[in-house]
Amino acid sequence: MMDASESPARPLLEVRNIDVFYGAIHAIRDLSVVVNEGEIVTLIGSNGAGKTTALGAISRLLPIRSGDVLLDGRSLRSVPPHDVVRRGLAHVPERRRIFADLTVIENLEMGAFTVGSKADIASRMTEMLELFPRLAERRKQFGGTLSGGEQQMLAVARALMQHPRILLLDEPSMGLSPLFVERIFDIIETINKRGVTILLVEQNAHMALAIADRGYVLKNGTIVDQGSAARLRSDESIQAAYLGAH
Amino acid sequence: MSFQLALELLPPTLADGLILGLLYATIALGYTMVYGVLGLINFAHSEIFMVGAVVAVELLTYVLAGSPLHPVLQLALAMIVAAAVSAALAGLAERVAYRPLRRSNAPKLAPLITAIGISLFLQDAVRFVESLFGQFIRPFPSMPFFDIPLPLTPNDSIPMKSVVILIAAGAMLVGLRYTVNQTRLGKAIRAVATDRMAASLMGIDVNRIVMLTFLIGGALAGVAGTLYALQFGRVDPFSGFIPGLKAFTAAVLGGIGSIPGAMVGGIVLGLIEMLIGTFVPILTNNAIGTEYKDIFAFGILILILIFKPTGLLGRPSTEKV
Repeated sequence: MMDASESPARPLLEVRNIDVFYGAIHAIRDLSVVVNEGEIVTLIGSNGAGKTTALGAISRLLPIRSGDVLLDGRSLRSVPPHDVVRRGLAHVPERRRIFADLTVIENLEMGAFTVGSKADIASRMTEMLELFPRLAERRKQFGGTLSGGEQQMLAVARALMQHPRILLLDEPSMGLSPLFVERIFDIIETINKRGVTILLVEQNAHMALAIADRGYVLKNGTIVDQGSAARLRSDESIQAAYLGAH
Repeated sequence: MSFQLALELLPPTLADGLILGLLYATIALGYTMVYGVLGLINFAHSEIFMVGAVVAVELLTYVLAGSPLHPVLQLALAMIVAAAVSAALAGLAERVAYRPLRRSNAPKLAPLITAIGISLFLQDAVRFVESLFGQFIRPFPSMPFFDIPLPLTPNDSIPMKSVVILIAAGAMLVGLRYTVNQTRLGKAIRAVATDRMAASLMGIDVNRIVMLTFLIGGALAGVAGTLYALQFGRVDPFSGFIPGLKAFTAAVLGGIGSIPGAMVGGIVLGLIEMLIGTFVPILTNNAIGTEYKDIFAFGILILILIFKPTGLLGRPSTEKV
């Protein structure tokens, strides 16, 4: 992975005015998000606000009715999902979706499906097992036998096998014990320091805003607020709606 | 029945049961693999198998007959062409019938009915074409090499074709198992079978893998069709139905979606069928004849499924939320 660069902000991912429909339901309305190279940006909002749908539209799993998604200035509009990966965008989906019948090692190998060279795959595998020692201990176990936290680590490691430039994370803290939640957020920060740009979707807005540079607030499929993470954390209406009374 | 007689009948019965079982297993793989990646029972598979058998028999009868090639080479050539035709047919069904239904998010019953439609279409299409050239029941051409007896026990023998079928079908199963477990393509098939969306996020082109699954299943059916025609000596437009149904049963018996399950299920079903077909008539003094063997075979299937609904090697499906 590259070293974190302190270069001036350059948009890596640009979501421009997208609309997404589920049948007749207008799930995402005129959504625009910018993620600059090297940033951690979070998309917060309550259950059903459209966070997962937004990520699905960005990684092209879901069709976009209008608007566009640009990765490094190039449109992803007509790119099929399996080619989005090759452009450098990795997506860790909601509920992790690891391959339960494959071992930890095989899951990581699947992550490197687009990588041609065996030497590259081997070195990335070593890198991941160093970054996630817990996975190294469990390397021969089937994915389905791991705990929720371990599965989340595996899902992140599997995505990192692609050496993405930007990583989309959907609710990485979901269903985890507080201890594991903290570890996952530590890992996200570590990955970011190694040069991977992050777009993080979270219901745990408190934790997300603690590590993010900027944030967007999503409500009923539309952005209702955005700004620096520090400003959003101190905003009273956001505190009331998403952070609980402190 | 004397113990002596049973002992004498056992080896050839086991050999025939194993052959039948390997053929069921080879066909069953096509059902189980397509079910694995799509959750679809491709009922047209039995006709894809039948077309492979027809192609092989026609080739051997009209093109390869009298050629100086060794009979085994003739059979191999016929098998390769049959596999190619069956694979192409399976791929065509996926491309023109099943994929458009997936794209339009059709309900699950639609592809199933489509499969039955393709099945009937192929039966009648083959009957129509074959009728243009005479009878639509075609015997397997006489190839004396395959009838050469080989000693099995001191006082019993099996024909050469049995050995050829055992080797050919066995090689198919071993080859498939290697492909699925060891190769990149096989891992992609397993990934798509486990979770299509996650596989797509890994950079796997799901539609391409689904197509490859149909092609592999079709090719196996073509090979099985050739060998089945060799073993039973004839083929007609409707001769795919019963072996197809049995192979589907074998896939369910082993655990639908499971590749080792299809292999085990096929072999178990073939052995049960042959053992019952041989020994029940003897034990009952022919009061219950061989023709009742399917009642016992399917009775055992029902019993196994009552006690193990997911099949012999199937795992309980974890419902995805």
